[in-house]
Amino acid sequence: MAEIRNQAVISEQQFAEALKKAYSEWKTAADATTNKNKKYVTVSSEPVNPLYTPADTKSIDFLHDVGFPDTRGVHPSMYRGKPWTMRQFSGMGTPEQTNQRYHFLLNQGQHGLSVAFDLPTLMGYDSDHERSLGEVGKCGVAVDTLLDMEKIFKGIDLGKISTSMTINAPASVLLAMYIVVAEKQGVPPEKLRGTLQNDILKEYIAQKEWIYPPEASVKLIVDTIEFGTKQMPLWNTISISGYHIREAGATAVQELAFTLADGFTYIEKSIERGLDVDEFAPRLSFFFNAHMDFFEEIAKYRAARRIYAKRMRYKYGAKSERSWMLRFHTQTAGCSLNAQQPELNLIRTAYEAMSAVLGGTQSLHTNSMDETLALPSDKAALLALRTQQILAEETGVINSIDPLAGSYYVEALTNRMEAECEAYFAEIDRRGGVLRCIEEGFLQREIAKAAYTYQREIDNKERIIVGVNEYVLENERIDIPILKIDESVAESQLQSINKAKSIRDQDKVTRTLNDLRQACRDNKNTMPFIIDCVRQYATMGEICDAMKDVYGEYIEPPNL
Amino acid sequence: MSDKIRILLAKAGLDGHDRGIKVIAAAFRDAGFEVIYTGLRQTPEMIVDAALQEDVDAVGVSILSGAHMTLFPAIRKLMEERNCADMILFGGGIMSEDDITDLGRQGVSKLYGPGTSTIEIVEYVKGAVAKKRAGEKLV
Repeated sequence: MAEIRNQAVISEQQFAEALKKAYSEWKTAADATTNKNKKYVTVSSEPVNPLYTPADTKSIDFLHDVGFPDTRGVHPSMYRGKPWTMRQFSGMGTPEQTNQRYHFLLNQGQHGLSVAFDLPTLMGYDSDHERSLGEVGKCGVAVDTLLDMEKIFKGIDLGKISTSMTINAPASVLLAMYIVVAEKQGVPPEKLRGTLQNDILKEYIAQKEWIYPPEASVKLIVDTIEFGTKQMPLWNTISISGYHIREAGATAVQELAFTLADGFTYIEKSIERGLDVDEFAPRLSFFFNAHMDFFEEIAKYRAARRIYAKRMRYKYGAKSERSWMLRFHTQTAGCSLNAQQPELNLIRTAYEAMSAVLGGTQSLHTNSMDETLALPSDKAALLALRTQQILAEETGVINSIDPLAGSYYVEALTNRMEAECEAYFAEIDRRGGVLRCIEEGFLQREIAKAAYTYQREIDNKERIIVGVNEYVLENERIDIPILKIDESVAESQLQSINKAKSIRDQDKVTRTLNDLRQACRDNKNTMPFIIDCVRQYATMGEICDAMKDVYGEYIEPPNL
Repeated sequence: MSDKIRILLAKAGLDGHDRGIKVIAAAFRDAGFEVIYTGLRQTPEMIVDAALQEDVDAVGVSILSGAHMTLFPAIRKLMEERNCADMILFGGGIMSEDDITDLGRQGVSKLYGPGTSTIEIVEYVKGAVAKKRAGEKLV
């Protein structure tokens, strides 16, 4: 029998030598056994090392990387102080149908509301406009007048709930409607909590839902920021969005850089208006995508917070800590979901939701599994909400702040993302800023290139998407319930428009619309004038057209 | 007349999501087609006008907003009225199997849903245009 030693098995020096040898032996073995026919890249096609070590994180002072610049999170106790808000984006067909779905989701434990509008509403058209044919209620709820807004929030106390509204070109109109509905409930604007998406720059770049040309549109946004800052202290005046930029095909770095660049543009415009940065910055908010690459997404959120905090403090001179905080909502990636074997989307969404939470989001929407087929069915909407509830209650991810901090991989990715983001900032600056880049199509082209690269990777099977280009089910039948919206919504909306027109005072409508037009010409803050039009039951189309008379309509050159 | 296949790609209705149409345009261009892209928010009239003006072999329309049962038949009808029904009309978007079958009966040659490879779409149009041209030679 071999002699068993009593003292330490190996000396410190021998151990250190053995470790060094182990590392180089590991490296040789890893190189020899790695599958060289496969590319190891993120969803954004960025290379990933087989192993990360402290050598990759030498520059970080871990002990002091808490609080400013917020890499690890914006709130001191994060989810131990307050869980993220479960806020499911929702809206379909008529206001009545939507109200029903809202009550359902609230009863099932959702914390806040988030309104999805239909395309005519998003574009500022009434449901009876010829352009609205076939589109009414199909992608979200139809809103033509204050009557519709009242129906959407029937039985919901706007003094007790927070509401996010995904609306951009006519955002001021919907904000005005929300304010007036609340007013009728006895809730004043200063008590209203919620968010207005209100981010037109990302529309020109990615989602392409606009009415007016860029300069006028940005002016309208600064109007709402100014109005909100003065009258609605609990309301997030804007949700500077990367979600849609990512959905259009951008990489994670592009999503990060273009979103922050947009944000800084709004901040500069607001400062130009004469607003104090510490007055309006605390109510700016952001909106990011949660795509499939788990670690890349977490790194992205961490880099976002760090970059923003540094710039707010040192470039824009914000003195308040609340001005440095990048607070964000996240939605799991719609573009990662597939129509084939749709139940698989439950799994994708779950992974994505986890990365958003591990990345420190303040608010979260989880997609339904049937998003690629239709608007969510009741069943799919419930499963999506339950995905978040399981995350919050059963996985332990809320117990500690920024749990992946210190991971050599995640910290290296965070650093790299910050550096690549700064490179994009420099390029955008060199080209004259965001508005100039939009005009000449630089941002749009970058996104289109990335989208094409991604699709080619899938077509060539360099990138495998389960159920789509591999693990396919032949002769698949879809057997989950599919929500159908039909043309009866348009009929119902027409009746509602006619009702509004019959109860309103046409002279007052004409007068308030004229006053709005004049306010646009005089470069006044449009919000009070829009609120007046809304109170008189002017339609969405009438209000938007009045502003169109002054600002004109934006037509995108097709080569962009 | 060049042998290159000429196609018009269009976004119809209010939908502004152009990731798909741009990816497909790039794929067609890489495959040697002549691609004319109309841009967003085209009416059926604008699409058929452009198709005639550009004298294309095929028209591809993308509709993700759910308005396909209104817009595709309108485009098809206009093509018939303006004597360009021989142009291949195809497209893509979010459509149920039933809707695709229905539109097929109404003269839309092929409709693609999410998850389709660009290789498949390019091959289809190549084949369809070749058949069409062969048919024309016989006339």
